Amino acid sequence: MTTAETSRPPPVRPARGGGRPAAPWRAWVRPAGRGQTRLALTLLLPAAAVVFGVVLYPAGRALVISFYDVDSPFPGAYPFVGLRNYTEVLSDPRLWMAARHTVYFTIVSTALELVLGIGLALLLAAPIRLRWLFRAVVILPWALPTIVNGAMWRWILNAQYGAANAVLTQLHLQQDYRSWLGTSPFLALNMVIVADAWKNTSLVAFFLLAGLQTIPNELYEAARVDGAGPVRAFFRITLPLLRPAIALVLVLRTIEAFKVFDIIYVMTGGGPASGTQTVTFFTYLQAFSAQRFSVGAALAYLTVVTILLLALLYLRLLRQSELRAP
Amino acid sequence: MSEQIGGLSRRNLLRLSAIAGAGVALGACDVGGNEKTGGGGGSGEGKITALFMKQAGYSEDDIRKMTTDFQTANPKITVEPTFVAYEALHDKIVAAAPAGTFDVVLIDVIWPAEFGTKRIVNDVTDQFPASWKSDMLGGALATAVYHDRYYGVPWILDTKYFFHNTEMLTKAGVDAASLSTWDGVMAAARQLKAKKVVEFPLVWSWKQAEALICDYTQLLGAFGGKFLSEDGKQVLFNTGGGVQALEFMKHSLDDKLTNPNSVESLEEDVRKIFSDGQAAMALNWTYMFNAANDPAQSKIAGKVAVGQTPAGPSGAPGCNGSMALSVTSGSKNQKAAWTYVSYMTSADVQNKFAKSSLPCWTKSYDDQQVISTLPQVVAVAKKALGDMIVRPQVPRYNEISQILQAELQNALLGKKQPKKALDDAAGQATGLLA
Repeated sequence: MTTAETSRPPPVRPARGGGRPAAPWRAWVRPAGRGQTRLALTLLLPAAAVVFGVVLYPAGRALVISFYDVDSPFPGAYPFVGLRNYTEVLSDPRLWMAARHTVYFTIVSTALELVLGIGLALLLAAPIRLRWLFRAVVILPWALPTIVNGAMWRWILNAQYGAANAVLTQLHLQQDYRSWLGTSPFLALNMVIVADAWKNTSLVAFFLLAGLQTIPNELYEAARVDGAGPVRAFFRITLPLLRPAIALVLVLRTIEAFKVFDIIYVMTGGGPASGTQTVTFFTYLQAFSAQRFSVGAALAYLTVVTILLLALLYLRLLRQSELRAP
Repeated sequence: MSEQIGGLSRRNLLRLSAIAGAGVALGACDVGGNEKTGGGGGSGEGKITALFMKQAGYSEDDIRKMTTDFQTANPKITVEPTFVAYEALHDKIVAAAPAGTFDVVLIDVIWPAEFGTKRIVNDVTDQFPASWKSDMLGGALATAVYHDRYYGVPWILDTKYFFHNTEMLTKAGVDAASLSTWDGVMAAARQLKAKKVVEFPLVWSWKQAEALICDYTQLLGAFGGKFLSEDGKQVLFNTGGGVQALEFMKHSLDDKLTNPNSVESLEEDVRKIFSDGQAAMALNWTYMFNAANDPAQSKIAGKVAVGQTPAGPSGAPGCNGSMALSVTSGSKNQKAAWTYVSYMTSADVQNKFAKSSLPCWTKSYDDQQVISTLPQVVAVAKKALGDMIVRPQVPRYNEISQILQAELQNALLGKKQPKKALDDAAGQATGLLA
């Protein structure tokens, strides 16, 4: 894709009264008159104002706040403390515990969703009857709001009257009703991962399904002629050609998983024994429950920096894999 | 994606940074020291918004009925009530404060110090009639006070009562009178378990939330513990009664007398488990009596008895779980808001809805209407409401509470010894008292 930039055809003047030019947009903006540029800018202004108002201004303000000691929600005079919020929060053991939970959650949930997603995508791509129905059903979990998903799983996993306990006990897979979200912090974290994977696997599957459909069938036919079984075809053809789609999904899911908040808020509230507290949840508690807005802002910026680094790393990998792709 | 990043030229990057820089510069305004834009008195008419909670105390239906009655009496004021879970109430009040979204908010007994010092709610000391101070119960008045200033008007007067299932106790041959002490409760629980009347006789609200602190507070009081020293500068819950209370909780779990799911339960879960006949005894707020006796939502209607909280070696103080209605400082219509608060907290309205929450007014307890709605509870409440223990009244209470919640759970889940957990909590909390 990046190569498109360099191999762009030279600007073409639009033919008078002709149809839309196929060249990139710059080709027809540049030669246009000043009036047209002004019109374009005027039309862009509302969008720019919205972006500035809801993204740049709050982001800038949060950065500034992180250098002060803001301890109430009102505007007013607050002492400047420099980097103290950052040093304080970085030496807080609670942050590092939350960071461990976040990393575990990110890696395990992304890996789980990827593996399940590939399987699901293969299934949906297979020429089976009622394929449209399966595709429609699979997208349903993803269409559910996270809050609803969290509440649903909280009920399913309820220790006293949850469906999970009822089903597992009646199938004799477990002796007795057990606690899923209450008594073991590690188990609770894993259960949140299950709930997250249930919802997001469908998104992953659909991204990969799109990737699968770009693989020409002839490759599989040729492989079959050469005597390769389905397993070998999967590892030699499907997986390598699916790599760009996988990379994209990894980028999206890692970043999303790193920011996980709502499902934890609903399912466990950070408990038991703070065992499911993630960095964003800790940030929320600091900012709103403790009214330490500056500490919250500092934490938010640390999260942003981490995600930015992750994104850069991934984009680099993505570009490399694209360059190597045929 | 790669298209955008890859195509980003150096010049565009510079432009982008300039715009981002402008955002930062604009963001910097205000933190330096603009005057706070506050609310206003208003005309005393028009529309006001009010924030309530969805659980315990008055039900959503009760509050809507009260509000309709208010609007009939004050046709020039319209009130729009909003309801959230208790767990979201504090943060919603904080987040909505700068915009003045709500004119009236329901605040918990633990928040006047925080909301008062940060001026999120109005100081109403000057509007608070002297007659209210003499006519309301002491425990209720304490709800909205911090450093002798009033930050709201008491509305829900509550403490945790000890409920039991009469049928189960009879089956196990336990005398209800023995439930007046925690030792008696434990003996009763052992007997209930031994006779296989119920697998886990006790259930509590020990989830990592404020509900856990309420139960702990009640036990801490019974065992003679203190949260803070007299001058408020030292943490004391990691000594004496504070440690004994937590050890008591842990033992009841270890002996399987307490339902292990207590550590993931809130008050509503306790109500459901108790109403379902899966527990014989439980601590909960007043509202459980009415709810557990309602055949529509309970399997044990008519078999519920309520008593004062059991006594420990140092008495039987109940956790003060009262709440007050406050006018926010950001309200543009404070006059109308105050009219609404005065109406909602009046003795007449509270008497009428006593079924869900007992009134804050002394004289109400002799009112035939109140006594006849909940005769069993009123008799107990008269004693219980005179002896209450408050959680620490400090501006950073919420933070201290969060630390304590996590460490209490560490002990309950067996990850730390009770003493060690409380010492760790005390270590973190001490710095937050200043």
